[in-house]
Amino acid sequence: MTNESNSQPVIEARQLDLTFETNDGPVHALKDVDLTVEKGDFVSFIGPSGCGKTTFLRCIAALEAPTGGTLSVNGMTPDEARRQRAYGYVFQAAGLYPWRTIAKNIKLPLEIMGYSREKQQERVKSVLELVDLEGFGEKFPWQLSGGMQQRASIARALAFDADILLMDEPFGALDEIVRDHLNEQLLALWARTGKTIGFVTHSIPEAVYLSTRIVVMSPRPGRITDVIESPLPSERPLDIRDSPEFIEVAHRVREGLRAGHSYDE
Amino acid sequence: MKSVLAVLTVVAALVALWYAACVPMNIKGVLTEAERAGAEVEPASPRERREASAFGLVAKNGFAIPATWAQERPRLPAPHQVVIELWDTTVAQNITSKRSLVYHGWVTLSATLMGFVIGTGLGILLAVGIVHSRVMDMSVMPWAIVSQTIPIIALAPMIIVVLYSIGIQGIIPKAVISAYLSFFPVVVGMVKGLRSPDAMQLDLLRTYNASQSQGFWKLRLPASMPYLFASLKIGIAASLVGAIVGELPTGAVAGLGARLLAGSYYGQTVQIWSALFAAAILAASLVALLGLMERKVLKRMGMA
Repeated sequence: MTNESNSQPVIEARQLDLTFETNDGPVHALKDVDLTVEKGDFVSFIGPSGCGKTTFLRCIAALEAPTGGTLSVNGMTPDEARRQRAYGYVFQAAGLYPWRTIAKNIKLPLEIMGYSREKQQERVKSVLELVDLEGFGEKFPWQLSGGMQQRASIARALAFDADILLMDEPFGALDEIVRDHLNEQLLALWARTGKTIGFVTHSIPEAVYLSTRIVVMSPRPGRITDVIESPLPSERPLDIRDSPEFIEVAHRVREGLRAGHSYDE
Repeated sequence: MKSVLAVLTVVAALVALWYAACVPMNIKGVLTEAERAGAEVEPASPRERREASAFGLVAKNGFAIPATWAQERPRLPAPHQVVIELWDTTVAQNITSKRSLVYHGWVTLSATLMGFVIGTGLGILLAVGIVHSRVMDMSVMPWAIVSQTIPIIALAPMIIVVLYSIGIQGIIPKAVISAYLSFFPVVVGMVKGLRSPDAMQLDLLRTYNASQSQGFWKLRLPASMPYLFASLKIGIAASLVGAIVGELPTGAVAGLGARLLAGSYYGQTVQIWSALFAAAILAASLVALLGLMERKVLKRMGMA
């Protein structure tokens, strides 16, 4: 399924290493991570806590600095890519400013990046539509449910139209039903925008349902144990999760997780 | 409704306690006056009375109890005496008169407000510096803390003398003392407030490649507003104390501090108490006013 076009990979990691120096000695958060992400991929990172999935995403976003190996984003160093605003980042918590309305929250990156007022207005309108929040622009965050707040935070990450969307367990704090709904919406959004998405999750069904590739990671040291190309079609209704292909992929993910991690620890 | 009843009960209990306290506090003076006026008191000898316990005197001279609430210069004035004095020196007095508490209150209030504005401005500037510079954090914060360990009553005369020697007098020295007391809560509150955004919020701004000043204006400053108002409420009360203390060493010309001092020179306890109450009422009004502003601002910001 690798994209064979002549364009360069969006994200390319070679022998990536990251060691945190802590008071209890060095912690090997990432070891020898090799990964290539092509344009338009939806890549999920799954693994138990401490496997480095979030750390890897943060390295791509230049929020952490690797201690070894190479990492390029759009052919640049992650920090150059960050300065060029190459990606939108969605955190686990919506993190909307309570003193700004939803529309104003979405405008935040646009104000910082110096968009004109008209352009800001236009972008807010179009991303609110993308996440299905038309008519909520003038509400304050506390007036919205958790799922709607997270959608607003996705809209904020989409506002400046970066080609890469990095999502760190964005639906982790939401209940199953809301999560299903948002997964469906996220796939539709991905299909419409053609963005490259890096998605960290704890949930096997979520990873299998969303991704074109699933990166299975394991802890101590954080490393990639398996990369699974999804055989599922790009059109994915929610009930695809009952199909044999889906169950087979999920099974392989589970095997990968088990192989890399002893749960008795 | 229930809470109103509870509040009134507490107030009534305090007033009752106050009236009760007046009796033993004032009984000796009342008996001396009664004796001079020709009344029979028990015991008759002034020396014996001096040595007797106040409660014993009250028990033996029950007739004198009402008089303990009506002395001209009581040790402890009764509540109604203070209320009457407050009325006489505010409502019943031309406000430009030197006898008017409104006049003295304004003198103190103007120094308080000036000091509060200086102190708040200084406090916010210091907090911004401390949050953005590690050097300032380590060099300024300890001095800010040390500055508050010096009793203001010891420092105030020095400030006044030093400023007088360079030709500054009047409202400024009082405002400086006021500012000295009020900048500290603002520094502490604002440092806490400006640091209140969590790591995730700061990371988010980093992903936008936001500058430090953008981070300050768009995230840190708005996030610090609830902390600022909490500090301002403490700061304004401290400012008032500073202004009053600043009035004491100057020889008591005008202001609530002057009324306190003059009252104590001449044994005018009623005047002292009414000045104290005027100060308390002033402080309460200022804090209430800030509370009102806080609600308005935070509501407008969508945070309350």
